[in-house]
Amino acid sequence: MSEHLIRGASVLGGEPADLLLRDGVIAELGPGLSAAGAEIVDADGLVALPGLVDLHTHLREPGREDAETVLTGTQAAARGGFTTVHAMANTEPVADTAGGVEQVWRLGREGGYCDVAAVGAVTVGLAGERLAELGAMAESAARVRVFSDDGKCVSDAVLMRRALEYVKAFDGVVAQHAQEPRLTEGAQMNEGELSGVLGLAGWPAVAEEAIVARDCLLAAHVGSRLHVCHVSTKGSVDIVRWAKSRGCQVSAEVTPHHLLLTDELASTYDPVYKVNPPLRTREDVEALRAGLADGTIDCVATDHAPHPSEDKDCEWANAAFGMMGLETALSVVQEAMVDTGLLDWPGVADRMSGAPARIGRITGQGRSLEVGAPANVVLYDPSVRRPVDPADSASLSRNTPYAERELPGHVVATFLRGKPTVLDGKLQ
Amino acid sequence: MKRHLLSAADLDRDEALLILDTAGEMRSLADRPIKKSPALRGRTVVNLFFEDSTRTRISFEAAGKRLSADVINFSAKGSSLSKGESLKDTALTLEAMGADAVVIRHSASGAPHRLANSGWVRSSVVNAGDGTHEHPTQALLDAFTMRRHLGDLDGRRIAIVGDVLHSRVARSNALLLATLGAEVTLVAPPTLLPVGVETWPVTTSYDLDATLPKSDAVMMLRVQRERMNAAFFPSAREYSRRYGLDARRMGLLDAHAIVMHPGPMIRGMEISADVADSERSVIVEQVTNGVAVRMAVLYLLLSGSGEAPETSENNTTAGTEALA
Repeated sequence: MSEHLIRGASVLGGEPADLLLRDGVIAELGPGLSAAGAEIVDADGLVALPGLVDLHTHLREPGREDAETVLTGTQAAARGGFTTVHAMANTEPVADTAGGVEQVWRLGREGGYCDVAAVGAVTVGLAGERLAELGAMAESAARVRVFSDDGKCVSDAVLMRRALEYVKAFDGVVAQHAQEPRLTEGAQMNEGELSGVLGLAGWPAVAEEAIVARDCLLAAHVGSRLHVCHVSTKGSVDIVRWAKSRGCQVSAEVTPHHLLLTDELASTYDPVYKVNPPLRTREDVEALRAGLADGTIDCVATDHAPHPSEDKDCEWANAAFGMMGLETALSVVQEAMVDTGLLDWPGVADRMSGAPARIGRITGQGRSLEVGAPANVVLYDPSVRRPVDPADSASLSRNTPYAERELPGHVVATFLRGKPTVLDGKLQ
Repeated sequence: MKRHLLSAADLDRDEALLILDTAGEMRSLADRPIKKSPALRGRTVVNLFFEDSTRTRISFEAAGKRLSADVINFSAKGSSLSKGESLKDTALTLEAMGADAVVIRHSASGAPHRLANSGWVRSSVVNAGDGTHEHPTQALLDAFTMRRHLGDLDGRRIAIVGDVLHSRVARSNALLLATLGAEVTLVAPPTLLPVGVETWPVTTSYDLDATLPKSDAVMMLRVQRERMNAAFFPSAREYSRRYGLDARRMGLLDAHAIVMHPGPMIRGMEISADVADSERSVIVEQVTNGVAVRMAVLYLLLSGSGEAPETSENNTTAGTEALA
């Protein structure tokens, strides 16, 4: 097995140190290490972080291999510094059986770029009518712990209550896509001043907040774990903060794009900015940043949603929802949280690695960088700044909302259990 | 004049007045026996209608033909548009055919904006109504009609009544009339006013009876009966009672005030038949003016100059060349 000696990395933004990665673990950590035969990685000026964990990724396989495959999606993940991604269940067919989740999990293992934790559907076919076999998925080789109908809301209160209760048997968590369906029929963008002017049907904040409030109350009532996907409004942050203050076992994620972009972009009518939940206002962005900084929002999750060009190169109303996010996530978090002084690098490590691994009950990921821990390491250069080039991507899709926008930072290397998946900024 | 007409907000006061004044000259052409000018001879105007429309398409067709442009109609039914061809591919086709202007009607808000800004076509794009967004030439023809009856619109009070939420006509009118200095009041039940309307350059009211005596013009918007199924209002009858314009309500208007409707009307719903056919109604004239306004828009977009075409009585070149 290969050995890598990382020289002079700033561990979590602290003093430079060397890390010796051997046999898949961090074998030694400290200043002035030497190891005969180890490949030297010069990390002068680079920040070392634990491998990132994404709770929310759309890998599109099976069904939409024209948009992404498990292989290309995990390659994009590695380029973004991720060592684990959770593959959402809304594939075709839906990942609602033990066989379905095992397929995605196994494809990730075979690719070897990034671990794939399969998310199981809560209801059969995401139809919101009856529970999928959650226990079978939990006991499968994929060891599913996160269940979600993401893309659709488990809007039926009884079904949501039962799902929350049922997954307690195997320490699972229900990750809710909070969207009251009747309040968002035909919705195209954030409901507000701009939607009225642009003539695009509004997606009101209350449609998210009503479900978040209901689910927090349900989770508290039955003593279960709830995870709120892609929190996008100030009101949701307030509700989650209130629920946590009452001891409710609720966790929440925010996407990079909701930390940076606002609904103003819809005025271009360019569907690359069409996403669900929609981009919100500046006030919401500020509240999301504050919530992530104070821990109300536990983690950043990309909601990486690749789409082929024909699904975006069209009228807004006819376009698909979603934007890519894996390769730009760390840069956006630096821009929105680190460079603004809201979060330090240990904070980034928690929100993008430690916390999501704990929520997803992933062992061997999200650990601190310490001797004996699995060698899942990212080396990140925060000093560069450059425009995002959509063509410079491992993904099959190009629907990044950051095209031509300058973002800071660059993932130089990613190690998955000691094996480099990215080195010198290039896929291995 | 800018290259495209996508929104009434694209027009500043001078540009709007230039179009309206040019339309006046075009209107005089319509009153002559030979209604044709050679101004756009050799230019190609494509009417690209993804959504059913009779009066707007015919109006643009007549406008283009009276200026001697080659007019090509491309409608959704029975064409490649109904076979799932994308807007992009249609646009590339039109570009390859050498369209100078594309007049587009589309059910998706922002479709004309996409066509103009995506790099698919080089031609001028005219928004002929997009979803629930805008319909700028309708607003121009409405302003033209109002000016003929009311003179300068500065300080004039205009009531726009009905389903503002879903109305592209209301959006474009609110913007253009504000640019021209008019005082606009939107009258609707609260369910049919858009979120954020308080930021528009208008006032709003839920009370039609209180608004009418203070209005120089009242513009009734079409209200689809199906809206009541989505709980926007309880029933067609209740809507008519509270927001319909009948003879009694028309009596509340000042003697000089006019009644307008962009069409198509639903008689008995938002407007009663006797009001629609009354002397105050300028609804039919709006249609005539629509052709003149669209001639002005096409002319100004395509001729690239601010000068009006030769349509004056003492210059008969236009007519004779058209006959040749």
